Amino acid sequence: MGQITLDSVTKSFGDVQVIPPLDLTIEDGEFAVFVGPSGCGKSTLLRLIAGLEDTTSGAIHIDGADATDQPPAKRRLAMVFQSYALYPHMTVRKNIAFPMRMAKIDKAEQDRRIEQAAAALNLTDYLDRRPGQLSGGQRQRVAIGRAIVREPAAFLFDEPLSNLDAALRVGMRLEISELHKRLKTTMVYVTHDQVEAMTMADKIVVLRAGHIEQVGSPLDLYRAPRNLFVAGFIGSPKMNLIEGPAAAEHSAQTIGIRPEHIDVGETGGTWTGKVGVAEHLGSDTFFHIHETGLADMVTVRAPGEVNFSHGDTIHLTPRADQIHRFDAEGLRIP
Amino acid sequence: MARAVSQQRKIINTVLAWAVGLLIFFPILWTILTSFKTEATAIADPPVFLFFDWTLENYTVVQERSDYMRFLWNSVIIAGGSTLLGIVIAVPAAWSMAFVPSKRTKDILLWMLSTKMLPAVGVLYPIYLIFIQMGLLDTRIGLTVVLMLINLPIIVWMLYTYFKEIPGEILEAARMDGAGLREEILYVLTPMAIPGIASTVLLNIILAWNEAFWTLNLTAAKAAPLTAFIASYSSPEGLFYAKLSAASTMAIAPILILGWFSQKQLVRGLTFGAVK
Repeated sequence: MGQITLDSVTKSFGDVQVIPPLDLTIEDGEFAVFVGPSGCGKSTLLRLIAGLEDTTSGAIHIDGADATDQPPAKRRLAMVFQSYALYPHMTVRKNIAFPMRMAKIDKAEQDRRIEQAAAALNLTDYLDRRPGQLSGGQRQRVAIGRAIVREPAAFLFDEPLSNLDAALRVGMRLEISELHKRLKTTMVYVTHDQVEAMTMADKIVVLRAGHIEQVGSPLDLYRAPRNLFVAGFIGSPKMNLIEGPAAAEHSAQTIGIRPEHIDVGETGGTWTGKVGVAEHLGSDTFFHIHETGLADMVTVRAPGEVNFSHGDTIHLTPRADQIHRFDAEGLRIP
Repeated sequence: MARAVSQQRKIINTVLAWAVGLLIFFPILWTILTSFKTEATAIADPPVFLFFDWTLENYTVVQERSDYMRFLWNSVIIAGGSTLLGIVIAVPAAWSMAFVPSKRTKDILLWMLSTKMLPAVGVLYPIYLIFIQMGLLDTRIGLTVVLMLINLPIIVWMLYTYFKEIPGEILEAARMDGAGLREEILYVLTPMAIPGIASTVLLNIILAWNEAFWTLNLTAAKAAPLTAFIASYSSPEGLFYAKLSAASTMAIAPILILGWFSQKQLVRGLTFGAVK
């Protein structure tokens, strides 16, 4: 069980309010991802849930019980830190055993769970090493092992993959998703990487300056961003945001069109422009197009075989049903 | 590019280093040499350096006249006890200053250090009176407490510096793992700070061992440590340099040996955090 409810939670550091009153419910078994640019308060929010920071006002409930004033040790939550935060003076085995030792679980049961976690995380051969003798990926797995053995009400992840190299990051992303599918325990995951958010989350919480901009499933956010901020933040490459006459045609202040929703051709089309940089990824090609009269640059995602050279004239056709419209306040027009 | 050091420069540096080292060590060396002389050779003019009739007579006399072992034992208890007590108090204090600092933490640290700037004799009178009233004069326990208090600012400062080097996330991880404050300090912080704690302990044993002001003023016979043992040879029967030297040598030998064997740890600890 692990339902987490935040009820008008605020947090101030001195006179600076970093989290204005905020309400949020994370359902039991859900994989919730907090995403936003750096300094948006997502880590602070996670630390409030963890109990590592005290709330300034408001209440936090875990499984219906008021946890607002409980110390972290009593909240039955496990946390994986960006820096792994392993105990350098203990072996891997002792690191993983530590939370169970604190919970006074008997030795035989401890050993059983350590073996089980080590097998699941490919750590069996490293149990007697110290963290200093492990690679970054292995350290992260030890941190995860330490979190799972105590069978917590929920897992908290604070940018756990940002210290890993790109290839490892993809692997660990899958492992964490797999873990969630297997354990079905609530997970709260903080990241600034929208790809991680899109691929892992059941529910994405987009934050800016402590405010929740939108909550929803990855596809909800992709298909119907509530405002310009979410529209620009979710999706890669970023949505093209166009103002002026082209937007007025759709009776909107701003229209948004994702790079993958623009068709290209050598003739015809709604808009024309000059090809700037073309990024060939093999499967896809990203064209950065200038002199369209719409925005400084329009990005288009075309199939890999489409070929335009630098300086070529290109004709663009946005798919009418994929145009997002926003009003003067930047809010979505349904 | 490595700095090129000429052979000549190296020789000069080596000679200089040895000269400074010998200059600092000379008083100790002279004391040790004198302790093996007869009283007559000890005050000979011009002084005799190495070529005299070496004798152990002074050591025999000192042994016969006073109970060295009792003084030694007092020193061990007072130096060891005050350091241990100081560590037990300073670890939580340094923990709170390093990991949950308040607006005034820096001020408190400075204020604590400022007590070290006060001449000890300035508080001799009040402390003496307190000792009389509490019946602590000439007791090991009284001296242990006073020396602990005298060195506490240094212990807290040193531990604070070491603790600052430990990443806070590891302690937070311990809290998330269900550790209370006691477990956090006992199982995570202290083991990680062992090198720092070890050098703090060593330095404080040395400071407490050599402390002469309070040990001389607050003891008479029962709790007198080795500093009092040396002092007892300096006055009563006029000046007996050779015997005084023998007593001094016996008093400093244990701490000299401890310092010699732990010098690596001591240097490492004292420069800890300076280079990063």
